[in-house]
Parts: sequence; structure tokens; C-alpha cells
Amino acid sequence: MPRLCFEKTGNAVWISHLDLMRVFQRAFKRAGLPLTHTQGFNPRPSVSIALPLSVGIESVCELLDFDLDGDEIPNDEICRRLNGALIDGIRVREVYSDGRKIKHIAYLDCVLTLEYDAGVPSGAAEAIAALFARQELVVTKKSKNGNTEQNIIPMIRSLQVQNPDAHTLKIAARICCQNPSLNPMQPSAAIETYLPELTPDFVACRREAVYDLQETIFR
Amino acid sequence: MTELKKRILPTVQKPARYIGGEWGEIKKDKQAVDVRVAFCFPDTYEIGMSNVGMRILYGVMNRMEGVWCERVFAPWGDMEVQMRNHALPLWALESQDPVCDFDMIAFTIGYEMSYSNIVNMLDLAGVPIHSRDRQELKNIVFAGGVCAFNPEPLADFIDFFSIGEGEESTQEIVSLYQKAKKEGWNKDAFLRAVSKIQGVYVPSFYAPEYNADGTLRKLEVKEDAPPVVTKRIVENLDTAFFPTEMIVPSTEIVHDRANLEIFRGCIRGCRFCQAGFSCRPVRRKHPEVLYRQAVEMLENSGNNEITLSSLSTSDYRGLKELTDQLLPYCEANRVSLSVPSLRADNFSRELMEKLQAVRKSGLTFAPEAGTQRLRDVINKNLQEEEILSTCAQAFAGGWNNVKLYFMLGLPTETDEDVLGIAELVYKVVQAWKENAANKKRGLRVHVATAYFVPKPHTPFQWEAQITPQEYLRRCKLLKEHFYSKSIEYDYHSTELSRLEAVFARGDRRLGAVIEDAVKHGARLDGWDEYFRYDIWQDAFSRCGIPMEFYTTRGYGEDELLPWDVIDVGVSKRFLLLERHRAYDGRVTPDCRHGCAGCGANGLLKEVACDA
Repeated sequence: MPRLCFEKTGNAVWISHLDLMRVFQRAFKRAGLPLTHTQGFNPRPSVSIALPLSVGIESVCELLDFDLDGDEIPNDEICRRLNGALIDGIRVREVYSDGRKIKHIAYLDCVLTLEYDAGVPSGAAEAIAALFARQELVVTKKSKNGNTEQNIIPMIRSLQVQNPDAHTLKIAARICCQNPSLNPMQPSAAIETYLPELTPDFVACRREAVYDLQETIFR
Repeated sequence: MTELKKRILPTVQKPARYIGGEWGEIKKDKQAVDVRVAFCFPDTYEIGMSNVGMRILYGVMNRMEGVWCERVFAPWGDMEVQMRNHALPLWALESQDPVCDFDMIAFTIGYEMSYSNIVNMLDLAGVPIHSRDRQELKNIVFAGGVCAFNPEPLADFIDFFSIGEGEESTQEIVSLYQKAKKEGWNKDAFLRAVSKIQGVYVPSFYAPEYNADGTLRKLEVKEDAPPVVTKRIVENLDTAFFPTEMIVPSTEIVHDRANLEIFRGCIRGCRFCQAGFSCRPVRRKHPEVLYRQAVEMLENSGNNEITLSSLSTSDYRGLKELTDQLLPYCEANRVSLSVPSLRADNFSRELMEKLQAVRKSGLTFAPEAGTQRLRDVINKNLQEEEILSTCAQAFAGGWNNVKLYFMLGLPTETDEDVLGIAELVYKVVQAWKENAANKKRGLRVHVATAYFVPKPHTPFQWEAQITPQEYLRRCKLLKEHFYSKSIEYDYHSTELSRLEAVFARGDRRLGAVIEDAVKHGARLDGWDEYFRYDIWQDAFSRCGIPMEFYTTRGYGEDELLPWDVIDVGVSKRFLLLERHRAYDGRVTPDCRHGCAGCGANGLLKEVACDA
């Protein structure tokens, strides 16, 4: 199956995973690119998006597998036509045919932007770096089946804290994203739990890249 | 720093409905336009985006040079709390600008129970809710939609109403506003001028006076406004604007598909049905126009479903020609075609079978009443044999799911009629036992009864609504007579239907009640999560207005009715005649069996009624 890599930024971040599938199905149709359909009682257009992205999170490295009916169309042509049929905030970066199996995805890079309206408290960057240097960091994981406690340290491959301006801290982390996966907002939850005085006024999150187990870029 | 709205979005359900940016939305340079219209739908995005009327008028206004029309929907409760906590005023989707920045604020109103949302949305926008408190030309509030056929309950809040179909009149209204704004007219001068456009009702130019018993004595006409406002219609639907470039929501809506209106009006004349009378006369669109529009809509939107909509699809003369053309296109392009509102005639059965090739839909009947006697009274000419034979055929074809809709509290209804429903349902169950192709999967018969709400501009506009207690007694009686386990019975709650009856036939005094209810938290009344009957009860008692006046009292035939100022084309004399025929149990054949003389063809100048 061919694969495409796309960005989800700006206002498009508010579109849920399920809705995004529909957005793509219709965009394919508008672009004159007929999708094949699944077999069975209720045939569905064959598009699948790897690693569902939570609502509100930006990404520049989303992967979507699809399958087209009819004559072969060059990948760059598919890319061009889709971008002409997609809404602002969703942009196809590349279409390719030789994608690896999704199960080989292991890590992803994410950036958390912590906004402090009254200015970043002094020593915050250092305190946060020290927090993530601990051996163990237990954070409550909220799910539909109730809350569980989770030690997030083993799922953080690397983490840096930057202080780009007086009101912002950036946490760049490489985290596990499959078996097990870490919700990229959990480092922020750890700060709220262990350093409540450093709780930011707002946190934005962005996915930057996905990797395999050897930490080479996953395609 | 992330702006306030974007900080709020992660905390609310379904944030995508607040941000716009969908495929097909229309953006213009706000510096370069001279009139901005905030087009408000008084319910949530999911409901409003499913509304064809709004889509049509959005296109009509945006096609105008110098005009930018944007969409506004009612926020869900969680978002409203955040907006009020952060003093964030209601915004329009396209520009994300506050509604109070707009020149014109328009509402389309299709449901009485959205009245609280209208007032609440004005309040959320930071615009004074009362017409009299908005002194400027800016922020002028106007409204249309089927509820405008009785505009009186909203008269305190809306500056003027646009009655009837808006394709042409909306353009005239907005053009006039362009001129008024350019020339610096005040609001009063504009209202005087706009009242001269046919179909426009300016409530402040009409002063009601009441009798001691609360009935209307007269409606004093001021400012040489027309004594009666006649609704507008579009005569030629083939050439009328229809939006084939549609907005494609990025989040799921209620009717998430292309929706093609195939004709307007209805030949049937069911005596309880407001649309059946107020949408006359019948005007058709040609199948070739419809086919072209269907294909354009599907290709522009990428939808994989299209529905053909009308009040009674089987009565569309070109249905065979249209579906013969459209079905092959749909099959080739993996589009499912849905054709609701089919009658149980032969062609419809064949068509249903053909549609199954794409997807299997449900089988739904609305006999409305349980006995032939009562169906004759309401002029619902659906025979028991038609229902049973269609069911038998469907069961033999593998269906095992039927929905049957009825009303309780219809004029002249007796317990015998109520039990007639149980009997009819029993016969449907028997038909399944005798004909089912596959009995293993079992039968499900879904029966629902609604609490009859008399509507203005119908032959039943004078009728009393039965009391809630009596309605519940009839529901219970019916329930006790369902013996099969296959039957699932739902009945509408009394509370909503009672309020709906009040507002449907309400007068101007109800403005105070609506205001009071909204002040005490009424909003999103169409949603179980938010509807609170106690707020409304308290509002009525605080205002000293008994609901019974509008419900169980019934209106006198010689009474001046609050909506008599509106002419929908069908004469009051005809409605009265139909009422008397109902009481005599006499049916009126559909318009194709001979014109019954309702008067609506008088609205046509260029074409003849297509009934």
C-alpha cells in the first residue's frame, strides 16, 4: 500500500482522528483519486492513519496508508492533487510506495511548549531538567477504565529543556510511541504533580518525527 | 502566547465545531466588503450545518458583491461556561470575529424550542436582546424560516422578519441595507424602507391590543406598513440559486451528506401538517437540472452519500427519470443514494429494491392514526392495506425492522382510535410471521407516538391540545395493548410538546416569558441534557401567563389569530372548510385529483401550480 506523510497544524489540530479519516476520504474523492474499498458487509474506503493523534496536538510527521483503484498515478501527482483538495492545516509532504510496516515504529520526537504568562519562574528550566533526571517518576495515567499509576522514565529516551524567551520553556523529548506508548502530555503532568509551583498557564504539543527501534527516521 | 480561544478549545467537547476552516467555506477581505452578515443558526453546529435553507442563503448572500456572510452556531454548554467565565463574546466561524462587529445579524428558525437559543446567542454576542434597545443601524437583527410564519412570540427581539422563501428577498433586503449604510440612514428609516419589500414583517409597526379574556382584539398597523404580509416564494426552481459548492464539515454532523431538494410544496394536504400548507404551491425542478446539480455537489464535496429531499418524494413527477440517471452514476462512484419520504406505492417499492444494491435502509411508515376513520379526519390517505402489503413484501425480501409513527391527541380521537394503533401493529407482526424470509433474526417493530401539536396555517390551527394527563393516559392505554415482545414503544414527553404548542400559536406577550426563562438558564431546550421544564413553568407563572391559554383552550373560529397578519397563500376560508370536512370525516383528495382551491396558486405569476 502507498503511504503519505502529512502535517496537521493550525486549526486542523482540532479535528479528531475519526473525523480526519473522513476528511481524507472526501479529499481523495474531490481530487479524483478513487480509493479502493474494504470487503465485507459495510465497505469502507481504505485509508488508515498510524498512531492516532490526540485532538489539539500538532504534527508534521503523520502517516496515512491508502490504496487507489484504477490506473497508476505518479506519487508526486497524487501529492499535488491531494494538496489542492485539502483544507488549511492539513498538507501532504510526501507520497511514497515503499513504506515499512507500521509495527516497526518505536519512538517519536515531540516538543512541549510551556507558556508562563507572568514569565518563566527563575530556575524552572533547571528544576524541570532535574525532575526528569530521576530514576522513577510516577504519574497518573487517565483512561476510560479509570486511572492507573505509571512510571514514565523508562519511556523517555531523551529529554532537553530549553528557555527560548522570558515566557516560554520548551521540552524536547524522544519518547516511546508503541508498545508501550507514552502520551506526550505526560511530562507536563509530571511537572504539575511534582513541581506544582512550575505549572504553566498553557501547554502546546507538537510531534516532530517518528523513528524505528534503531532511531533512524521511520518511513 | 497562545490566544484565549485556543486555550479554551482543548477543554471543550468537539472543538472542531468552533473554528471554521472547512472545505468550501467562503472567506473575503473584511476591509473590502461593505456589509457583513452574521448568519446565526439557533442550535449546535451539527444541527445547523445539516440545514439546507441555511446553505442556500449563505450562498445567496456571499454571491453578492460587497457582502460577506459568515456562520454562527449556538455553543454547547461547556463552551458557553468558558465564554462567560472569560468574557469571550460569541464569534462567527469564518473570520472568528465577534458577532457584535457585524452589520446584520440573521437567524433562521425552524423549531419553536430554539427560541431560548436566539435570545441567549444575542446575549452571548453582547448585543442587547430587545429590538427597542438596539438603536443603531448596525447589529440589525432579522429572522426567517418556518417559525417566522408566526413571528409574534419573537417580536420583542427581532427587528424584522423575512417571511417565506429567501432566495430573492434576502438579496433585496441586504442590497437595501448596503444602500442604507452607504447613505447613513438610521435604523428607523431602514425599517420603514424594508417594510416595503414584499414578505417583510416589521413587528414594531404593528401594535396588538387584547380583549379582557386575553384574546387578540386588533393589530394596529403603523407607518403605513402592509396590513397583511404575504410570504415570498421562488417561482422557477430550475433557475433559482442552489449551492452546488457546499461547505464540507471537518467533523461529523447530523445529516453528513449532500442534500438535494427536488421540489417544493406538497400535494397531500394532511390537515395537521404545517409544511403541507405553508410551503405551497407545488413547484418542481426538472430532472436534468437535478441530475446536473447532484453530480456537481458530489464532485465538489467528495461526499459518498446524497439524499433527495422534499416533503413527499414519491409525488415528484420526475422521480423515475432522475433515479434512472442518478443510480448508475452513484453505483459507479460508490455513492449511496437515499430517498426518504417515499410512499408505499409500486414504483417506490421497485425503487427501494434498486437502492438496496447500494445499501439497505430501514422501513418507516407514518400512518399517524390507528383507524381509517381518524386517518380520514386528518386527511392522511394511507390505507392499512398499503402498509401491510408493503410490510409483507419487505419481510419476504429479508427486512426485519419496521418503524411506525403515530400521533396521540388528534381532533376527534377516541380510545377506539388509540387501540386501533395496537391493532395495526399487531397486524404488522402477523404479516412478519406469515412472510418473513428469515425468522431467526427476529422482528423489531419500533412504535413511537407524538403528542399532537396544533400548528398555525393548518386546518387544525384552532384545535385544543389535549391535556398532558390525558395524553399520558392514552399512552398507557396503548402500551397495555402491545402484547408482542418484538414491539418497542416510545412516546414523546409531554413537556416539550406542550411548550412547542404554546410557542407555535403564541402571541407577543410570550416575549417576556422567553426572556425570563433565558435569564434563569433556559437554553438548548431541544437537548435532554439541558432542557429544564421547571425553568419554563416558573417563567410562565412569574409573567402571569397560563400555558393553557395557548394549549387546551383552543382558538375560536371568529377569533383574530396572532398569525393572521401573515399570509402563506392558503386562505383562512379554505383552512376553515378543511377543518369542517375533518369533523365530517371527509377526505380531500390530493391536489393531482383536482384542485381543492386552497388559494396558494395566487402566489404564482409566471408559472402554474405543478400539483
